[in-house]
Amino acid sequence: MLTILFDGVAYGMLLFVLACGLSVTLGLMNFINLAHGAFAMAGGYCTVILVNRYGVPFALGLPLAFVVTALLGGLFERTLYIHVYARPHLDQVLFTIGLVFMAVAAVDYTMGSSQQFVQIPEALTGQINVFGIGMGKYRLLIIAICGLLTIALQLILTKTRFGSRLRAAVDDQRVARGLGINVGAVFGLTFAFGSGLAGLGGALGAEILGLDPTFPLKYMIYFLIVVTVGGTSSITGPFFASILLGIGDVAGKYYVPKLGAFVIYAIMIVVLIWRPQGLFARATAK
Amino acid sequence: MANPALTSHVSDYLKRRARWSPLEIAFWVFAFATIWLFPSKYLILKDTAILALFAMSLDLILGYAGILSLGHAAFFGLAGYFAGLVAKYGYINEPVVALVAAGLVAAALGFVTSFLVLRGSDLTRLMVTLGVSLMLGEVANRYSNITGGADGLQGIDIQPIFGRFRFDLYGHNGYVYCLIVLFVCFVVARRVVYSPFGLSLRSVKGNSLRASAIGIPVKWRLVGIYTFAAGLAGIAGALLTQTTAFCSLDVFSLDRSADLLLVLIIGGTGYLYGGLIGAVIYKFLQDYIANLTPQYWQFWIGLVLVIIVLVGRERMAGWIATGRGTIESLFSGAAARSPKLAAPDGK
Repeated sequence: MLTILFDGVAYGMLLFVLACGLSVTLGLMNFINLAHGAFAMAGGYCTVILVNRYGVPFALGLPLAFVVTALLGGLFERTLYIHVYARPHLDQVLFTIGLVFMAVAAVDYTMGSSQQFVQIPEALTGQINVFGIGMGKYRLLIIAICGLLTIALQLILTKTRFGSRLRAAVDDQRVARGLGINVGAVFGLTFAFGSGLAGLGGALGAEILGLDPTFPLKYMIYFLIVVTVGGTSSITGPFFASILLGIGDVAGKYYVPKLGAFVIYAIMIVVLIWRPQGLFARATAK
Repeated sequence: MANPALTSHVSDYLKRRARWSPLEIAFWVFAFATIWLFPSKYLILKDTAILALFAMSLDLILGYAGILSLGHAAFFGLAGYFAGLVAKYGYINEPVVALVAAGLVAAALGFVTSFLVLRGSDLTRLMVTLGVSLMLGEVANRYSNITGGADGLQGIDIQPIFGRFRFDLYGHNGYVYCLIVLFVCFVVARRVVYSPFGLSLRSVKGNSLRASAIGIPVKWRLVGIYTFAAGLAGIAGALLTQTTAFCSLDVFSLDRSADLLLVLIIGGTGYLYGGLIGAVIYKFLQDYIANLTPQYWQFWIGLVLVIIVLVGRERMAGWIATGRGTIESLFSGAAARSPKLAAPDGK
């Protein structure tokens, strides 16, 4: 029972790191980015290549995955995404789905369609027992890293100047522009950072979520659930939503394995009918 | 309200809009001529007809009602399984009756889910529609003893249509069947779109607040068109099952809904031929690319999507409208009467 809870929390934390970039871009520009998972996949493959082929230590592979995907995200944002912000939602959906299809086929072409595994260090495999609960060391590491990241994100968002600019831009873009905040630059940076986080999540999660070319399609729905259920106005909303989703998914797969993801979709639809703005969203004037 | 001159003027206008143009007639004549023109291509033609019907049904809710949906495959799949199951267990042996029944089942699902879809923003709609189709996929996977699970529903024996026309190996009867069903559905959809109901939908899409201010029951109009579109999608799904005698979990997949959006974007949204033309172009494009690179055709489909969005749909629609205008004027020039001149005849 507690092990399920523990696994669920680890899974949820991972989902949060993967999805929080998406929630910020969605909240900031009202942009539906279905290609977010593609960046996560890029991070995962980046780590696989670095660690497995070039023997880079795992501890160095993770930050590199972050940097590479952040650069990639920034590049895509400046060259492609920037043209699509003002378009209707239909165009955004089409555009990003097109990107996902391309990413899936391109990775399939270059890396093959088989499942990839990151060689994690010996020290991180196996379990340790705390108060009689078996905990995977790797999952503990995930919880630690993701927990620290969450705290850091929350601090950046609430304490720094950049954070207050970002929040101002999310709350009301036009007024923020009027106050002299360069919303475009804020958005570009946030997009790159969010993509980087997704890449880090993909690298960390390769062990748990699995990594193959269909990754962006498989997990797209999960990211979107986190974002829609958690709301886009804060960072705590998506956080609780992803923990909830993680526990729900692990518990659902354990107790009613045959129903699979049915439980998750059902919960999502119920929540969205109950509160279309998201579970933790505050009322906005938009 | 009771101004007879105004009423007759409006009904004249509606009738004029609803008249079949020569280009439309030519389109359908050509469509039926393909039965004799391309006997070796029945398989892809049949798929195209089904895809066209499916795309047309999505266009009804996307182009006419403005509802963004990523889960239209739910209706397609449900009706597909329904048609497969009733044929397999012999509940309804007549394919046409089964087809209508499958459409009604899908419409019922559309009616129920429409209330979920009407709430919330674009993203919420996207998620709810997607969620519904994924849930159905999970259910079909769960009850694999009935649906065959991941292996698909096999051993379906479709009886001959009206007890006479058997689905032959070359797909001749299957294609004719699909084409007739497509035509009938098209005529019905055309009737709906050009009716006052269809006009009120356009006003809802344009500005739902104003529409409700002039007395249009926005919610019920949307429920109505969503249900109707779901029924058409269901007929498309049932057609696929009946003509292939097979149904798999793939009918619920996200890819199917996403491809459908691409079809509509190629053809153009908001007019019924968009889905039909888009389906033809998409199917032959896919066939061509798949022949070149069987495994990676998705890449090129993705690239087409990205380029279409970056170039801009409005700009492309402009080109198409220019092209259409040219063709139409050529046509009417040949018939020595332009559509504008023809209009007063109706009075």
